[in-house]
Amino acid sequence: MSLLEVRNVTLKFGGVVAVNDVSFEVEEGEVFALVGPNGAGKSTLFNLISRFYDPVEGEIVFNGENLLKHPPHDIAKLGIARTFQNIELFEQATVLQNLLVGRNRFRKSNLFSELLFLPSVRQAEIENRRAVEDVIDFLDLHAYREKYIAGLPYGVRKVVEMGRALAIQPKLLLLDEPASGLSVEETQDVAFWVEDIKKQMGITVLMVEHDMHLVASVSDRVMALADGKKLALGTPQEVQNHPAVIEAYIGTDDEPAEKVA
Amino acid sequence: MRILFKTSYDQDIRLFKDWHQGRWYLLLLLALLVMPYLVSTFVLGEVTNVLIWSLAGMGLMVLVGQTGQASLGHAAFLAIGCYANAILQTRLGLPFLVTFPLAGLISGLAGVLLAIPTTRLHGIYLAIATLAVSILVEDLIVIAEPLTGGVGGIMVPDIAIFGFNINRYGNPFAFYWVVLVVALIVTLFYRNLLRAPTGRAFAAVRDSEISAQAMGVNVARTKAVAFGVSTGITGLAGALMGHFIGFVNHEAFLILISIQLLLMVVIGGLGTIHGAYFGAIVVVFLPQVLAFLRDWISQVSGVGSIVIPGIETAVFGVILILFILYEPRGIYGSWIKLRTYFELFPFYRRDMFRRQKSYLKTERMR
Repeated sequence: MSLLEVRNVTLKFGGVVAVNDVSFEVEEGEVFALVGPNGAGKSTLFNLISRFYDPVEGEIVFNGENLLKHPPHDIAKLGIARTFQNIELFEQATVLQNLLVGRNRFRKSNLFSELLFLPSVRQAEIENRRAVEDVIDFLDLHAYREKYIAGLPYGVRKVVEMGRALAIQPKLLLLDEPASGLSVEETQDVAFWVEDIKKQMGITVLMVEHDMHLVASVSDRVMALADGKKLALGTPQEVQNHPAVIEAYIGTDDEPAEKVA
Repeated sequence: MRILFKTSYDQDIRLFKDWHQGRWYLLLLLALLVMPYLVSTFVLGEVTNVLIWSLAGMGLMVLVGQTGQASLGHAAFLAIGCYANAILQTRLGLPFLVTFPLAGLISGLAGVLLAIPTTRLHGIYLAIATLAVSILVEDLIVIAEPLTGGVGGIMVPDIAIFGFNINRYGNPFAFYWVVLVVALIVTLFYRNLLRAPTGRAFAAVRDSEISAQAMGVNVARTKAVAFGVSTGITGLAGALMGHFIGFVNHEAFLILISIQLLLMVVIGGLGTIHGAYFGAIVVVFLPQVLAFLRDWISQVSGVGSIVIPGIETAVFGVILILFILYEPRGIYGSWIKLRTYFELFPFYRRDMFRRQKSYLKTERMR
């Protein structure tokens, strides 16, 4: 059984079909990339998996669990973490606090034990901190621990967001354009991290990415989308050379070149 | 210049990072303990008033500063706390030690009830909804005359603890101790909440609901908890306020009080416990300072006594505008700057606290 199964999912916004009858499966332990031109429906697929939208048709099954039966705040508890295309960090909190929010999934205390800050709450907090420090070590965020997000540069924010998702200790990690706006070196860092996340942590990665070098270097399988429809699915090479994908990106021969000029 | 060496995770979790930091708060506590013996009863009464307003401020701070939900209706919860406390004492004859927590509980439950329909509202719409509650409660007090005394009002009895009758004028010392103990306990609980998962969930909801949800935070539930805690604390403040004023009617908790509370937490410094205290000091002592200035001016100019109606509100408004323009982080922000100046002396730089503007657009779901 696959870790994530998306079956015949369709989503419409009014008359616009954002996702049209898309099916795919993500196997445990692989890096699966979604590619496609802008507006192809990649991020919308992410938002469907995060349960921000309800699909019109189809179902999404994660680890044998029907996701459509769960509200959005259950998704993290089931073991799916995500990042956002336009960074959605908690601006007025420190990096450490941001990462600790990821540990919300493991919370056992209730409001009253927290008001009194019982020893069990303290113990859990120390445990949370220990787990978060592992993520800080992994992503080299030591220098930024106590810094507020509001003052951090874009590149660091991207990394913090990935860290926050890792703090959830997910089975499946959704990365929405992890390398957008990053320099070549930073993109290489992301590639190494994705490799390590897959191999060392055993986390399955589903990512949306425009940088085809990154996609080709880290992903096991790629699915290309255009206008909400599945174009091709296979290894990075297969998808890159697929005629439908080339058509979606570059266009077809029958368009007269003179008109463009 | 002092450097903080951290040797354990517990250091970030416990109340004070090190002895140096704890020492100052210990000094403050000592000052509060010694103060009654050094000042006049009038000043003691004013300090008691500051503590009560700080409680109300902390209540609102949980909601506005920590969770980022606007409220223009907190006077309503002051009223609920005050009337619940007074009515339970006079009608059912329950002792203060029972009615006081009950007042907080009733007010908190009222807040949760309010939160259920309003958690879907944001910003200005939430402000309007809570404003409506403030007006509603004001009218309800008049309508429920058999219980609340309506326009005629009711007397709030003395605080009775184990046979001791505590009255603000009769024994200001005892009244001060009661208020101080309540303020200390609430402050400790507030601090505890901030360092626990609930506090972080509040901050998450404040800064990005969408990503709070993706982190597994139940946004609606968190907002309801914030409303409950916030209105609960405000209810406690209301109960003490009732005992402090001694007599309340429908005019004791007007919308103006709601607005004053909101201005108070903004001037004090949003999102900080200190802010609630700083704001309360301004709210309580501003009228005194103005009265003093008025007397001084009339004395110097020889015009005789000057009475300008509404001057307090006007000055308050001007102060607020100045703060929003020049110190959006409130008095607490200024305090941090001052503290840093002395801590780093002589290495403080002028732009250390300059805020960085970021132009990242966010994709929010409404």
